[in-house]
Amino acid sequence: MFGLEKKDARLLLLVAVLVAFAPFLLNPFPEGSAMAQFNAGYPDLMQRFVIFGIFAIGFNILFGLTGYLSFGHAAFLGVGSYAAVWMFKLLSMNVLPAIILAVAMSGLFALLIGYISLRRSGIYFSILTLAFAQMMFALAYSVLTPITGGETGLQLALDDPRILGTSQTAGGNIPVPGLFGLEMRDSAELVLGSWVFTFNVGYYFAAIVMLVSFYLSIRIFRSPFGMMLRAIKSNQQRLNYTGLNPKPYTLAAFVISGMYAGLAGALMASMDPLAGAERMFWTASGEVVLMTILGGVGTLIGPVLGAGAIKYMENIISKINSDILHGWFAFLPDGLEDFVVAIIYPFIGKGWHLTLGLIFMGVVIFLPGGLVEGGQRIAALFGRKKASDDDSGKSAKTEPAE
Amino acid sequence: MGILEVKDVNKRFGGLQALGDVNLSVKENTCHAIIGPNGAGKSTLLNCLVGKLIPDTGSVLFDGNSVLGRTPFEICQMGISRVFQTPEIFGDLSVMENMMIPLFAKRDGAFRLHAIESVASEAELRTDAERMLEEVNMLDKANMHSAAMSRGDKRRLEMAMCLVQNPRLLLLDEPTAGMARADTNNTIDLLKEIKEKRDITIAIIEHDMHVVFSLADRITVLAQGTPLVEDSPENIKGHPKVKEAYLGEAA
Repeated sequence: MFGLEKKDARLLLLVAVLVAFAPFLLNPFPEGSAMAQFNAGYPDLMQRFVIFGIFAIGFNILFGLTGYLSFGHAAFLGVGSYAAVWMFKLLSMNVLPAIILAVAMSGLFALLIGYISLRRSGIYFSILTLAFAQMMFALAYSVLTPITGGETGLQLALDDPRILGTSQTAGGNIPVPGLFGLEMRDSAELVLGSWVFTFNVGYYFAAIVMLVSFYLSIRIFRSPFGMMLRAIKSNQQRLNYTGLNPKPYTLAAFVISGMYAGLAGALMASMDPLAGAERMFWTASGEVVLMTILGGVGTLIGPVLGAGAIKYMENIISKINSDILHGWFAFLPDGLEDFVVAIIYPFIGKGWHLTLGLIFMGVVIFLPGGLVEGGQRIAALFGRKKASDDDSGKSAKTEPAE
Repeated sequence: MGILEVKDVNKRFGGLQALGDVNLSVKENTCHAIIGPNGAGKSTLLNCLVGKLIPDTGSVLFDGNSVLGRTPFEICQMGISRVFQTPEIFGDLSVMENMMIPLFAKRDGAFRLHAIESVASEAELRTDAERMLEEVNMLDKANMHSAAMSRGDKRRLEMAMCLVQNPRLLLLDEPTAGMARADTNNTIDLLKEIKEKRDITIAIIEHDMHVVFSLADRITVLAQGTPLVEDSPENIKGHPKVKEAYLGEAA
């Protein structure tokens, strides 16, 4: 199907089904119940799942295949966002031209930064990309204020030209991003008993883009190009002496992953039309590294899982506060209740980073292949022989005794 | 004129004269061995041939074209393949993938962005890869993780990866170093077979006299960066200068 092997086609189909039914799957708890705050099926968060999924899929093409660890990928996300917002300001509120410009601009920036950074490998490459990203952040935050909006960020205004659209709506408001009349923020609600399911236009649009990106990444993984990238990670010396020039391959991978980041940035701006410099901050670059490693470096689905896991924790765990904890443990005797709450408290709310850190450490130490390896181990536990389904070559390497 | 012509090559590393006025001519479709004690400059010479090092003076011509100043991948595309002292293969990839990469390099050149086609759909290259694996008796290992193989198998895979590109000149850097006797003999047999079946020139650097005398048509003895003598294996065996510089040391 679509030129994919059976196994990959199944994976793509599975992801498509999960994404299509996400509003149901992520809302398992009835509205108003104590568990309702664990529901993730609201548009804002679901959009973030798929958008950061795209970001991580693209990052994985560079990091997972070539092993080059870029620590500045958020810069391309920021470039994409700024480009998209400028398109909303100047051309029209249609998201398609915004996305096209964003991908092109981030590709250009990736070409430039990649060309320079890829002169070095290993830690020096990481440092170079980090330096570039921080420079771009600093520029966006201060010097380039006329283009980037500086500290306040780039926002839409009533007097923007929007030559192909309208500067303001009939009601005197700023128009909202849409796709040929379909507004991104539009939602339909389905009420079933005490469950409320929200179907959001923006989410489904981003989800379709994510599926296309995912499909493309499968094609890249299975292509000769993808194989060369894995060869670069494995043995650059041999690649050189096989008559292949590693430089254009790594640069192409860098540009492609930069364009994925730009696409993600454009989608973020399409969902909420503003762009700020903080999107390019180094923590944002670090986050996508965490997502990829948490999910499984070099696996197809891993980065999407990692992005989902981190965004879920960021949005759900950070919302739990001490009152909610007291509510949960109210059945305990008073002293014990306070004690349990005091133990758990550092891990919730603003402390969600601590939880994330512990989970990340656990995964890296016990599941070097990330969540995907965890899934495979569970599958193996239930007797399904999934050993041959290993699509990343992370099977335990056994060095022969010499 | 030989397929490989090395003329007056000099290379200094600081105060050390690694190569001094090296002249070497390798005839087409022969096996030329370069021997010499440790530090004689054998590996330096090899590195000058494949573009890893650039000699200070002198020229290196392959089939009439200079290789100096070219990168290793350009030199490989000219038709020179190199086998390393320790097998250099793509350890994270399967044996089959290891074979496909040189085939793609041969067909598509040093770079081509074929990111959408699938490797699996390249039936023709796959057949070529299978034929080559068959030739080195590794077809049953095609789907194996290549890092998990024995050193002897890695060596054979590396040679197969070089040969599948049909190079005109194959450079071997101590191909049997660290191998057990049985593996060494297998390698010798494999190389003999290659020599018979193909139009290929082989230049081999080797310590093991057994390997050298079983394969070489011509031997150059290198000592302290200069060629001491070049002759046929029979004459080298009894040559007094060689005995003194090299074989005497071994015996």
